[in-house]
Amino acid sequence: MSGLSLAARQVRAENRAFWRNPAAAFFTFAFPLIFMVLFNVLFGGSPPGAAYTPAHFFTPAIVALSIISACYTNIAMAITSARDEGILKRVRGTPLPEWAYLAGRIGQAVLVALLLVVIVSAFGEVVYGVEFPFERLPFLLAALVMGAATFCALGLAISAFIPNADASPAIVNATVLPLLFISNVFARVDEGTPAWLDTLSRVFPVRHFADLLHAAWDPRASPGFDPVQWAILAGWLVLGVLVASRSFSWEPRA
Amino acid sequence: MTMRAAIEISGLRKAYGPVLAVDGVDLGVREGEVFALLGPNGAGKTTTVEILEGYRHRDAGEVRVLGHDPARRERSLLEQVGIVLQSNGVERYLNVREILDLYRGYYPKPRPTDEILRLIGLEEKAGAKIRTLSGGQRRRLDLGIALCGDPRLLFLDEPTTGFDPNARRHAWELVRALTGEGRTVLLTTHFMDEAADLADRLAIIKAGRIVAEGTPAQIAARASGTTRIRVRLPPSAGDLPAEITGVGRRPDRDGVLQLETHDPTRTLHALTAWALAHDIALDELSVTRPSLEDAYLELTGAGADVSAGVAA
Repeated sequence: MSGLSLAARQVRAENRAFWRNPAAAFFTFAFPLIFMVLFNVLFGGSPPGAAYTPAHFFTPAIVALSIISACYTNIAMAITSARDEGILKRVRGTPLPEWAYLAGRIGQAVLVALLLVVIVSAFGEVVYGVEFPFERLPFLLAALVMGAATFCALGLAISAFIPNADASPAIVNATVLPLLFISNVFARVDEGTPAWLDTLSRVFPVRHFADLLHAAWDPRASPGFDPVQWAILAGWLVLGVLVASRSFSWEPRA
Repeated sequence: MTMRAAIEISGLRKAYGPVLAVDGVDLGVREGEVFALLGPNGAGKTTTVEILEGYRHRDAGEVRVLGHDPARRERSLLEQVGIVLQSNGVERYLNVREILDLYRGYYPKPRPTDEILRLIGLEEKAGAKIRTLSGGQRRRLDLGIALCGDPRLLFLDEPTTGFDPNARRHAWELVRALTGEGRTVLLTTHFMDEAADLADRLAIIKAGRIVAEGTPAQIAARASGTTRIRVRLPPSAGDLPAEITGVGRRPDRDGVLQLETHDPTRTLHALTAWALAHDIALDELSVTRPSLEDAYLELTGAGADVSAGVAA
């Protein structure tokens, strides 16, 4: 069997295993929606008639959150526990190419991420009247592909720094939660935000990914190509791929 | 049985930092034989096997597995090999048949799923989720997964550690059934009876070096120990004749007499002649030659000076 069809089989197997744990699957999808409802209740929802409402902010913000948790958080945790349990070592003793196994994991994460994008966008449109930006679909798709690739690569990369599965929630959350707060996801970076925090957040990929999605959803904006945003995202993508390919571990740590 | 080599190792060395885990190992495993690598924990068994499996790089020496250098991790080699590691997990939310089918898909000529299920005795559990299997059933599934590609060479790293005696017997029967098919098996174990029961040949490894190699009988014969003669004498039996020497001439409270002798033929002859002459029944008569265990304990120094602390 060719590598590609082996990778496709892996995606199917991972996907089947994912849905066999309905409680985990349910909260994977419920979690971003809970945040979306909470933020809209806390920060004002959608006053009728306004062109740009808090819901216009939180719909793309929660789409960003969805991609980041489906790709970065889930891959890092799933890979670490598969490594701890010896699944990675077992697979490596078979003729399955290593990249095909990882492609299976990534493919499954991307499927979940895609489904979340649809659910969150639909929720925003139906409940809060935030229109899905069909007219900016190419821009949006490019941003989503870039974000998914970057956060998948970083998820694989961070697993190299997680000593064991028990430590992975703490490490993964510590690396991503603060960024979510300073990167236009959980809260808006505006005039009230200290300048240094704004500058700091621009170093990291979360900010630029979220900003791309905000630009796609904001009816007042005319999104264009900002080379700095894309370059920083691409830099993190390359860094993730490099670290993962150099330091990725298939064996449980002693 | 062909005499072609399935595995050839010469001058193999591997160190972890300052600790030499494998220190100049030479070994040959013929195609179609069951070969056991026997040794205490930390002796270098697992390190050696993991080099053969392609998990670890050697520091020095030559290694050939089915004609390949395992360090290159060529797909054509991995397709012919089955590996049962000491402990490894499996995707928890799939069932037994799905797991086997998933792994079968990695190989060019997979063994039929139902045949594997029958071999490992998990036909009844084909639809069971992995989470619901007992420890012994999971270990059998490990073996089933290793058989998915119908391998020419099977690595079994301490396959029965943690098994109860019954489960161990079952596992041995299974391994014997597999080797009847002309497959080569390299097994590591620290159980003497396992090596004696399963292996055509074995090597004893201690502190990274091979200290003995041969058939179980050849290695047992290297023990300098005495032959043990054990018999239960009736209370009416009188004193033993003077020509019966050896340790423990007097029976214990239950009438059990244990003799240890370097000259079993003469001792046994004297004993039976005496019993016939006095019409004494020799109940429960047994003669035990030095065992593989005796040889093992001698060769490994009963573990006294085996360097510890290496996760091998």
